[in-house]
Amino acid sequence: MPRLSLNRYLSALSVMLLVATTASIPQAAERKLVLTGSSTLAPLVAEIGKRFEQENPGVRVDVQSGGSSRGIADARSGLADIGLVSRALKPDEQDLKSFTIALDGITLIVHKDNPVQTLTDPQIVDIYTGKITRWRAVGGADRPITVVNKAEGRSTLELFLHHFQLKSGDITAHVVIGENQQGIKTVAGNTSAIGYVSIGTAEYEVSQGVPIKLLPMAGVDASVENVRNGRFPLARPLNLVTKAESEGLVRQFIDFSRSERVHDLVEAQYFVPLAH
Amino acid sequence: MIWSKHSISSPSRTDARLAGWLSIAAGLAAAVLVLIVLFLLHESWPVLNRIGWLRFLTDAAWHPSEGLFGLAPMLWATLASSTGALVLAGGLGVASALFCRFYAPPSAARPYRRMVTLLAGIPSVVFGLWGLTVLVPLIARWQPPGASLLAGILILTLMILPTVALTADAALAAVPKAYLHGAAALGMSRSGTILRVVLPAARSGIIAGLLLAAGRALGETMAVLMVAGNVVQTPHSLFDPVRTLTANIALEMDYATGEHRAGLFVSGLVLSGMIILLAVAALRFGGARSHV
Amino acid sequence: MFEAGRFAMVRGRVLEPLMTLAVWGSALLVAGAFLWLVGDLLWHGAERLSWAFLSSSPLNAGRTGGIGPILVSTLLILGVAVAAAVPLGLATAVLLTEFLRPRSRFGRLVGLSLDVLAGVPSIVFGLFGNAFFSVFLGLGFSILSGGLTLACMVLPILIRTAEASLRAVPDDWRLGSAALGLSRTAALRHILLPAASSGLVAGLLLGVGRAMAETAALIFTSGYVDRMPSSLFDSGRALSVHIYDLSMNVAGGDGNAYASALVLIGLLILINGTALYLAEHWLNRRIIAP
Repeated sequence: MPRLSLNRYLSALSVMLLVATTASIPQAAERKLVLTGSSTLAPLVAEIGKRFEQENPGVRVDVQSGGSSRGIADARSGLADIGLVSRALKPDEQDLKSFTIALDGITLIVHKDNPVQTLTDPQIVDIYTGKITRWRAVGGADRPITVVNKAEGRSTLELFLHHFQLKSGDITAHVVIGENQQGIKTVAGNTSAIGYVSIGTAEYEVSQGVPIKLLPMAGVDASVENVRNGRFPLARPLNLVTKAESEGLVRQFIDFSRSERVHDLVEAQYFVPLAH
Repeated sequence: MIWSKHSISSPSRTDARLAGWLSIAAGLAAAVLVLIVLFLLHESWPVLNRIGWLRFLTDAAWHPSEGLFGLAPMLWATLASSTGALVLAGGLGVASALFCRFYAPPSAARPYRRMVTLLAGIPSVVFGLWGLTVLVPLIARWQPPGASLLAGILILTLMILPTVALTADAALAAVPKAYLHGAAALGMSRSGTILRVVLPAARSGIIAGLLLAAGRALGETMAVLMVAGNVVQTPHSLFDPVRTLTANIALEMDYATGEHRAGLFVSGLVLSGMIILLAVAALRFGGARSHV
Repeated sequence: MFEAGRFAMVRGRVLEPLMTLAVWGSALLVAGAFLWLVGDLLWHGAERLSWAFLSSSPLNAGRTGGIGPILVSTLLILGVAVAAAVPLGLATAVLLTEFLRPRSRFGRLVGLSLDVLAGVPSIVFGLFGNAFFSVFLGLGFSILSGGLTLACMVLPILIRTAEASLRAVPDDWRLGSAALGLSRTAALRHILLPAASSGLVAGLLLGVGRAMAETAALIFTSGYVDRMPSSLFDSGRALSVHIYDLSMNVAGGDGNAYASALVLIGLLILINGTALYLAEHWLNRRIIAP
């Protein structure tokens, strides 16, 4: 057997690398939809995408997660066909078209062992701005309150701030979290914590025996039902956004996402489907 | 190395060709860093150009949307968590390596080494998940809020420990057997041999490992993000929640635009700057690395 | 003199058990933490592990179903990273140890840049990979982008460990092969690289472990799509990204997150085992009978 020299090995290797990088050029035959944005929406839209692919052979739906701001930016720049945004569009984003595909409610949660049953709006504001620092002041045990807040830029935070007319700088937090489940896990592991999360997921976690408790807001029980009938005060739309008037495949996908054919998927992700 | 004296090596065209290939490869490897630094500078330029470097250290708070870009508290948090983890992991890691080489019965040394290698491959997300659901509640029961500098240090320790242990193990293995025989012939005790002969001989390898580990600790993102609490403040006790520079980037990058985004890239530059300082210091201090 | 000697002996008598205690204590502590962590994973995830879990596609955002496509994507990403980083890393290490003078300016510069590179946070690699591979080179969200980004990330580990293991080969061997009239290339291939092989493999394992465990860098480069990839240009979700999404973003995803973590660790055991086997049975033999 002939011996290869080390040099030959190296040359062969670099040729192989070149081949590997160029050989698998994608088949451009299929049509592709790219959606990017909100991590809240990404799992739902990925599921909708799979069903859409089944019903429309030859179409691929690629969903990338990364935050509502990215959904806005990518939809604007054309990097994505559709942006995912888990809030209403702001005044300076009116150049984009938005299509609501589901609703989501936000509520406060505390640990199951916390005796506090309800908090008034002023009490919530005082807790989050650091004026009330112990549970005893609102009828609980004599323990310091651990305030769990969301990180800057999250649409949940923006909604919360807007509802209670607060500024980001006013809040004194003890734990700052990124994603929804981190909030639930943090509160479940700390008997003196308070945080705000998506209602649907919190209801699900309670049904799974996770030790958390949903607090009513302004006297309205925090439940998916009350988000559906519009009584719950703290709710947000989950939107698909596009740059221009949408047409073709994009239009088809948006219509599909708003139709009753995806209601089961919306409910499976613990969101509230649109009324028809 | 001895071969750098050209009179010894046999001149050969194959060697010259190989050297050519190798230089290209090394050039590419070095180019990666240059590319990354250029990229960081490019992205952070808009805000650096407008407000300069100093504001990032002197501003009172981090509220980029309100024009405040103070990174100092996060700088301290990063330093505190990395230093703490390095001290703990340094001790435990070197001890682990000594355990494998000198203390453990052979039947235990192999599985132990495999275990440490495995620890190196556990994703930071899993460390974070474990920290969030096991460690943080434990600390919270004792000193709320639980998500704290301490939790960050402990998780980081576990994460960088394999790097320290495996490189220290390799460094110990490279200590010439003759040294050990010599020490045994002098009648030195096991602890004496280790402290006076083995560790000094393996010093530069261990330091190289600690450096790698320090880099990893400074740069770790996901696990720290999940356990350290992420409140922007200068830590005054182990139980204070803190936000590190990396967590800051990971938490806000997805949502940041304009100067806010550029400010986050400055965090990346600051981090790289710290690591350059560390590397230069190590080069000065441990310049002996090449004669292991 | 005599007094000092006695003092040293007394100190030795105290020191000896103290050292033993410290070393055994540390080892037990580390093993304890490891077992606690893995035990926790097993407790939550073991019951979900099955062949079906490994081979089927994720359903309902990953809460049910398996991780088949994600496993394939992960291995492809890893393959790209290793294929790109190992030749580059090995070559650089060989150049640094065997061809450059130890204190040469170029060598020190490359060394310094590697130490810096080792400390660049993974999320910065992710942003860089996104800007350079995905956007600038036009690879988009793809397995290729992710793999190349990881290759940049593990390069310093590979080079530093390869360098250390090559330096650990005694200089006598170099002199010997030079005396025999071997070219450097031949000496490298037949003597130095095989002699350093166990260290090289250990470094590779560290690198692969780090690459497999990476999350932050991959979210921005290889992406979120959990479909079976049909080429290296497809976006493919890595196992660690899947674990992060399930545990932090999907209510009710914990069970599958723990199970996926177990799979990741199992994969690592497999890779470790194979690499160690290769190092011991194949590479070593070549020194004796080249």
